[in-house]
Amino acid sequence: MATVAIESDVLVVGGGLAGLTSAIAAARAGCDVRLVSYKQSTLRNASGLVDLLGYTPDGDGPLTDPYAAIPQLPDAHPYRTVGVEAVRRAMELFDDSVPEYRGDHTEVNALLPTHGGTVKPTARYPAGASAGLASDGRDVLLVGFASLVDFDAPQAAAHLRATGVPFDVRGVTLEFPGDLNADAKVTRYAKLLDADGEVTVDGHQRSVRDALAERVDAERSGEARVGFPAVLGDSDPAAVRAALRGRLDADVFEVPMGPPSLPGLRLEDALFAALDDAGGRYETGNPVVDYDGTDRVETVYVEKNGARIPQRADQYVLATGGLVGKGVESDRERVYEPIFDCHVDHATDRYDWFESDAFGDHAFARFGLATDDDLRPTDSDGAVEFENLRAAGSVLGGYDFAAEKSGSGVSVATGYTAGQRAAEEAR
Amino acid sequence: MASAPHVAVIGGGSTGTGIARDLSMRGVDVTLVEQGNLTHGTTGRMHGLLHSGGRYAVADQASATECIEENRVLRDIAAHCVEMTGGLFVKRPEDGESYFEEKLQGCETCGIPAEVISGEEARAIEPHLATDVDKAISVPDGAVDPFRLVVANAASAQEHGARIETHSEVTDLVVEEGEVVGVEVDHASGSGVRVHGTEGGTETIRADYVVNATGAWAGRIGDMAGVDIEVRPSKGVMTVMNTRQVDTVINRCRPKGDADIIVPHETTCILGTTDEEVDDPEEYPEEQWEVDMMLDTLSELVPMLADARTIRSFWGVRPLYEPPDVGSDDPTDITRDYFLLDHEERDGLGGMTSIVGGKFTTYRMMGEEISDHVCQKFGIDADCRTADVPLPGSEEFSVLRDYMEEFGLRSPIGRRSVERLGSRAEEVLQTDGPNPTVCGCEGVTRAEIQDAIAQSGSDLNAVRIRTRASMGNCQGGFCCHRLASELHAEYDEVTTRAAWDELLQERWKGQRHALWGQQLSQAMLNYALHATTQNRDHDPADGGAVDFGAFDSGPEPAGGHTPAGVATDGGGDGGD
Repeated sequence: MATVAIESDVLVVGGGLAGLTSAIAAARAGCDVRLVSYKQSTLRNASGLVDLLGYTPDGDGPLTDPYAAIPQLPDAHPYRTVGVEAVRRAMELFDDSVPEYRGDHTEVNALLPTHGGTVKPTARYPAGASAGLASDGRDVLLVGFASLVDFDAPQAAAHLRATGVPFDVRGVTLEFPGDLNADAKVTRYAKLLDADGEVTVDGHQRSVRDALAERVDAERSGEARVGFPAVLGDSDPAAVRAALRGRLDADVFEVPMGPPSLPGLRLEDALFAALDDAGGRYETGNPVVDYDGTDRVETVYVEKNGARIPQRADQYVLATGGLVGKGVESDRERVYEPIFDCHVDHATDRYDWFESDAFGDHAFARFGLATDDDLRPTDSDGAVEFENLRAAGSVLGGYDFAAEKSGSGVSVATGYTAGQRAAEEAR
Repeated sequence: MASAPHVAVIGGGSTGTGIARDLSMRGVDVTLVEQGNLTHGTTGRMHGLLHSGGRYAVADQASATECIEENRVLRDIAAHCVEMTGGLFVKRPEDGESYFEEKLQGCETCGIPAEVISGEEARAIEPHLATDVDKAISVPDGAVDPFRLVVANAASAQEHGARIETHSEVTDLVVEEGEVVGVEVDHASGSGVRVHGTEGGTETIRADYVVNATGAWAGRIGDMAGVDIEVRPSKGVMTVMNTRQVDTVINRCRPKGDADIIVPHETTCILGTTDEEVDDPEEYPEEQWEVDMMLDTLSELVPMLADARTIRSFWGVRPLYEPPDVGSDDPTDITRDYFLLDHEERDGLGGMTSIVGGKFTTYRMMGEEISDHVCQKFGIDADCRTADVPLPGSEEFSVLRDYMEEFGLRSPIGRRSVERLGSRAEEVLQTDGPNPTVCGCEGVTRAEIQDAIAQSGSDLNAVRIRTRASMGNCQGGFCCHRLASELHAEYDEVTTRAAWDELLQERWKGQRHALWGQQLSQAMLNYALHATTQNRDHDPADGGAVDFGAFDSGPEPAGGHTPAGVATDGGGDGGD
């Protein structure tokens, strides 16, 4: 091979929550870490809430104490593989890496409003969502914007009332000040608020924050908390919230929405910054397409501008995501892991991959890799596929993160553990 | 006549609404009842082919001739429902030369414009055709939106005074002295548009005459009055692709067979089909081999289909009928022609006629014939006008005006709205507030959704078929909750939530047959959005009470009992 390989102690494949956590963990342990990621991370789809465990696999919940429930999970669950203490340490790493998050004062779950008007259990939440806690008794005014179809404040408020929240909640729909296009992206709102840009209201130039606060204030009847769709700033959300809080004399929070999710993207930015601080290197936008090695992974190949660039490390972490992130793929006959072809257990008949109810106990939701105690993927006989390859996050199988509300927690816990173990081995 | 007779039409598919329109235009007082949504039965489960007649030009020339006549009529009266894509009968090397010649001759005999083109010419029209396709016959096939067409027929009937009752199942026929004099109906949610949670009720609708236009369900209605109607329901699969791999209808030029047609339909292509007799039009197996056969066999014509993404599959049941003395074993041998069964002549039961068999393309002609029949019974001398008067939406249809500019819509969205709405575009899109896009895949705006809600109540599946919202690649993953929100402007939260759940389940149903590759990834994303982000699978509003006090209320005592109106810092925001 003519090209000299790029070398590192630990190479992490995948730039989502699991990959970033794993890279941060390995870098903080003193390793030379490199992270490669391909497409936009699935964090843009994520609410930005960091759930640990909200429901048991049997559907019991919402759970108040996720840590107490972990030892009762099935043996194959990734939390059981890493153990409850590792989950705690992983969350400490997360808290330390992402100071913009809240919830670390307790091991008890929080309930937060969703954009459809339910509440959901979660363990950590952005500071910007914290005034929205559903166990806080203060009344809430939800504010929606006429053109933002992902959040209908009157409907969300009515739905929240139906869940029995311990406060009064009302919803109003306002026109966002300024002349935004009806299909303006959430980032358009956020950037305008970041910059506190000038908008024209009734023929007068106003600051957008002033104009928005004024419209909200006209609708408010004493509610101590005001919730908005998650568009309150992209680069400096704390400043946007502080400004609105000051003008409204009320606490301000954001309700997370679907993709593209600003809280998810902000979390991604914060984690990349933490990786930077820890001394990790990363490159994004290029896929890992192949590897060399039999019992060990010797080299992986990253495709860049049509060329195959070799990258070599002592230890590898596979954090390429599940079906959504394309770390697990399928065709009509089989389900597979596309880079290393690690074994993915699945029924041969694809009509056994799903249930007939939309929220049934779908087998596909648990598709992914099985591992040994050290998070190393195993083949159909339970033998380790590669002695220096660990897997973390949604590429793992054996749990239904959507039903359990455990996706972020599993990514953080397995990412942390895989990064730690890789760092120990690489020394 | 002193007063118009009252005719009850059973069945809200193309035939039933076509009859309702025809009769009401002739001054007859019509009530149409349908057990589900409009198009609930076979009409909503077809491939959307506007037949040129080419498919029947060899084996069933009577049907072929009717098809080309009606093809021309529908282009006129239903311009906003029809896309004249053109069609090709393509011949592969292994397909018989003599059949190709027979097809060509048949088209000529039936008056179907047909032209032979070479393989190269065919590939110039459709670049993804297989390289070994020899030649093709070009015919005037088209694509038609069955939902839009049926809704337009129903709207026209209503404009002419008809009463349209959806979600109203006929539970019995009222028979007095050997004559059908009405129907017993079970309304799911009362009379008028469907509203979730509204208490229904039964109603006896007395009628001077009853028309049974229930297609594959005709036998059930017949049973209620003790007459046998030997409909032979035959199922067929249709597999929906994520994009238009072809822009022309592609037929395989060989004798009847499964998996021999690709119809471009809106943003998708629909692959069809199979032909298997079933016992029950509602309960039959939907099988994996049928979907696999569509992809495997049709990729012989368009190879890229083998690895293309499908977004769902659905099955329809043909209401085939043949006179009892024919006795075909194979459903593919049964004629596609329609039959008018006057139960007085046939069974000695007065007051009712059934119409069975037939096909979507000739729905209007069927409506005309049965309307003639009914009018004759009542001595009504009125001409059929359905072939001449355009349907609502197709009047003076012109897209020349710049609707995008006028309604502030971005260009692909505006163009597609206007295509769907036809001449109703101005009326629908003229709104006071902002008009954001609600369904991104299909480019459906709030104004269109609100217009559909005004027509169809709280039924989001009825909104879906009127607008195509939630019918694109994401299959409602991104827009089901938005559609529910649009309902909430008019309906309360409980109603909204029920309609939302129903839409989620309906969208899931068809996707189950497309769950591999990219669509499985999409399904997992949708599941994550609905379950993780929205927690709709454990919605506390649907289940038991939550002990809110047992959960995190913030790092400082959040003043759970703070009187409303006193602003306090709930804590947790202190760090920024």
